[in-house]
Amino acid sequence: MLLRHTSTEVKEREGLTINPAKTCQPIGAMYAALGIHGCLPHSHGSQGCCSYHRSTLTRHYKEPVMAATSSFTEGASVFGGQANLLAAIDTIFSVYEPDIIAVHSTCLSETIGDDLQQITKKARDDGKIPEGKYVIYASTPSFIGSHVTGYANMVAGIAAQFAESTGEKKNQLNIIAGWMEPSDMREIKQLAKVMGINIVLFPDTSDVLDAPQTGKHIFYPKGGTTIAELKSIGDSLASLALGSISAEPAAIALEKKCKVPFETLDIPIGLSATDRFIMALSKSAGVAVPDEVTAERGRLVDVMGDMEQYLHGKRVALFGDPDQLLPLTEFLLDLNMKPVHIVSGTPGQRFEKQMRQLLDERSPETKFKSGTGADMFLLHQWMKNEPVDLLIGNTYGKYMARDEDIPFIRFGFPILDRIGHSYFPNVGYSGGLRLLEKILGVLMDRQDRDALEEKFELVM
Amino acid sequence: MANKIIPDPSKVREELIQKYPAKVAKKRSKSIVINDPEIIPEVQANVRTVPGIITQRGCSYAGCKGVVLGPTRDIVNIVHGPIGCSFYAWLTRRNQTKPETLMDENYIPYCFSTDMQEENIVFGGEKKLKQAIQEAYDLFHPKSIAVFSTCPVGLIGDDVHAASREMKEKFGDCNVFGFSCEGYRGVSQSAGHHIANNGVFKHMVGRDNTPSEGKFKLNLLGEYNIGGDAFEIERIFEKVGITLVASFSGNSTVRAIENSHTADLNVILCHRSINYMGDMMETKYGIPWMKVNFVGAESTAKSLRKIAEYFGDAELTAKVEAVIAEEMPKVKAVIDEIRPRTTGKTAMLFVGGSRAHHYQDLFNELGMTTVAAGYEFAHRDDYEGRNVLSSIKVDADSKNIEELKVLPDPELFNPRKSEAELEALREKGLEINGYEGMMKQMTNKSLVVDDLSHYESEKLIEIYKPDIFCAGIKEKYVVQKMGIPLKQLHSYDYGGPYTGFEGAINFYKDIDRMVNNPVWKMIKAPWEKAGNGKGASLAANYVTQ
Repeated sequence: MLLRHTSTEVKEREGLTINPAKTCQPIGAMYAALGIHGCLPHSHGSQGCCSYHRSTLTRHYKEPVMAATSSFTEGASVFGGQANLLAAIDTIFSVYEPDIIAVHSTCLSETIGDDLQQITKKARDDGKIPEGKYVIYASTPSFIGSHVTGYANMVAGIAAQFAESTGEKKNQLNIIAGWMEPSDMREIKQLAKVMGINIVLFPDTSDVLDAPQTGKHIFYPKGGTTIAELKSIGDSLASLALGSISAEPAAIALEKKCKVPFETLDIPIGLSATDRFIMALSKSAGVAVPDEVTAERGRLVDVMGDMEQYLHGKRVALFGDPDQLLPLTEFLLDLNMKPVHIVSGTPGQRFEKQMRQLLDERSPETKFKSGTGADMFLLHQWMKNEPVDLLIGNTYGKYMARDEDIPFIRFGFPILDRIGHSYFPNVGYSGGLRLLEKILGVLMDRQDRDALEEKFELVM
Repeated sequence: MANKIIPDPSKVREELIQKYPAKVAKKRSKSIVINDPEIIPEVQANVRTVPGIITQRGCSYAGCKGVVLGPTRDIVNIVHGPIGCSFYAWLTRRNQTKPETLMDENYIPYCFSTDMQEENIVFGGEKKLKQAIQEAYDLFHPKSIAVFSTCPVGLIGDDVHAASREMKEKFGDCNVFGFSCEGYRGVSQSAGHHIANNGVFKHMVGRDNTPSEGKFKLNLLGEYNIGGDAFEIERIFEKVGITLVASFSGNSTVRAIENSHTADLNVILCHRSINYMGDMMETKYGIPWMKVNFVGAESTAKSLRKIAEYFGDAELTAKVEAVIAEEMPKVKAVIDEIRPRTTGKTAMLFVGGSRAHHYQDLFNELGMTTVAAGYEFAHRDDYEGRNVLSSIKVDADSKNIEELKVLPDPELFNPRKSEAELEALREKGLEINGYEGMMKQMTNKSLVVDDLSHYESEKLIEIYKPDIFCAGIKEKYVVQKMGIPLKQLHSYDYGGPYTGFEGAINFYKDIDRMVNNPVWKMIKAPWEKAGNGKGASLAANYVTQ
């Protein structure tokens, strides 16, 4: 047993987190900044933060992840990190020539009270930012929220610092991507294209973190939302924020600055959430949903019906991030499956309320916990007490899945031991079909593995 | 294949620093040197990275918790700080471990954190830390709990040492100790290694005086069992009849480390991360240390012979020779088959604090030339040899790392060899309390770069076009996008072991596979090679029967 010390007796813990179902803000900020074209993320803190975040994102994407650091030493920690950040800005523009540096803070720089707004202003006043270049920032203290909060803060920072209103509306919609994969962002753009809607998607990590092999390392890959696009979001007709925790803060920032109305939706994972997304797209742009999209939806529903016997009543444990868990849980319920344990380390009253509401209506007996004390150790204990047929979560779930000998689907962040998430979407109807294929695949493989010889089926 | 033309290194150096702002260029130029193994030039090392430079380096916490303490399986390692630090160091270093029974303690698959929140930063986190220690004790009853400080802890003034002492006294049967390894200490992981050495020496070594069994007893220092490296060394030791008392710290246990002062020799693999321990144990207990290298088949044989020489026992010497004679033919069979495909190729190694040196032995065995190398977090002695130690200036960043004052133990100090005996061994070429460093072994005019930046790495690849580049995960896909395979020498690309005789075979096969993989020739699409549509027309050829 790999997790041999995990007992069945659940005890309330106040001080100790074991096997967290979250990580810290700055990595989310780094990921979000990679979705801006020509942008170099910059970590204002010790070298270790930047190194850890780059390593984790690299392991997840198997792609170059470029980012710089203020390289704090003890002196900077005592006297403040301004000199380090100013020096870094100078070095970065000379050596790595980005269009934008996106600075995020860390627990270290937040604890000593470095003010990024003031320091970046000083950099501008001192002439350290070349003409036509930008330094933007987001405050991302690691001791508040989680990696999802950091993503949200950077996306909000991008919206607030780039958006301009010219007074003239543009015939375009903003889609603010919640934390999703490059493949998902590509799929969102594809859906909007099929529907004939002009959108600005931000951030957009497609063609950044799924870059092709060309024999050259392109420091700033072709993808990412451009500065021109980001400036124009203030003139858009409306914003659709995909995810109340990871995307809505940017929509609010934009509404405040440029009066762009917004609607917050779930990330379109699964049938119902995608239905709402397509309806919202159709409504906000005033276009009819084309047959192509309806047919795609029909294919997903077709499989749901055809294969329902393998899904019905199957018990699922899941862990991950709020904006994914909510629509994923709904999808499992649509599939007639039983989500029995749900854990997210990311705190959020709104998420808790939404999830509770969904569960109260459709699965009141489900155990659910988020925020403090909601870790994978607790989830594992729940699984030992009330076993499940399937576990869905990030790579760290494989230790529980192996110990308990249950099928496991990698979903969420980080996925360190498989590929696919950057290339094949989980969103939209095609993403739903992919998820469904994965669920059926592991459940039916298990049935095949465990069937008695006389009960082994050819056709299923 | 013919040897590639090696570019003029002085021109390369100019090109590497050309784009930097003047001050940065001046600083970097001192860390980029052209090697001369006869008169080894000075390399600037263990100095601050310029802010904004994309560096390979990590932090002190990574060196302390991640590298040195992480591999010991039965310590509950609680990270005191916001959640990230513990999360990122969770299982990512591939420290394999093998508990003897299914019931034995093994906390390596677990991640423990106090998950500090804003109120802990504002009002202090000691209370939460003590609560966390209590909960860990109640849940697991471990032999030891270690506490690691992350950046904010030092700034807000939480005293992890006092909290640990208090809990240790309270429990009575659990050793609790803390490390002030905040990420901002020092200039790289290296500071964390030193802090870890101090803590392990103070709080663990010497707690268990049970005499250890065996005739030839040693500790293996600076071997972290990545990919099973320690397993292979253990296999060889067992075969030759050497008793491994403790490993620092791959596949290790608390008990073994606490008993390690009963060994008669410390052999050091990774000089950078653990040399402090060697020195301190020698002063306190009289155990000499010796630099060895188990990376490379020839190096393994050489190291085994040195160990036999140290013990000076004819039976051991004969056994060592017998084992080498038994193992080498298998190695030779593989290398003879592979060498024609690797000879003449070139490698670059930019990694760690000892790996960039040791792995050159394996490349030599493959007939490959190391054209450039450097460390990520080493000091001058790792490059130039320990004889420069006295001339290294201690700067403000190093001064902050505690140097323990160690004295001979009134009861346990027992010099295993007299000074005269040690001198005689040194004369025979044993690196007793010594290390010659990387550069002495590298060829004339090869390039040595400390703390290589991303920018410099791309330039080096453009200029040298090496056949393989060795570094870590952050560099892996950057280099591979350039069409050159990158061998990770931290994680081994999830392969290994690479130590000993079997490890050498694994490495030869992996490098052969990587440098000769057909994928590197498939990067260009056929239409790109053919001018993509220009002037081409479909040749409507029918195959007629």
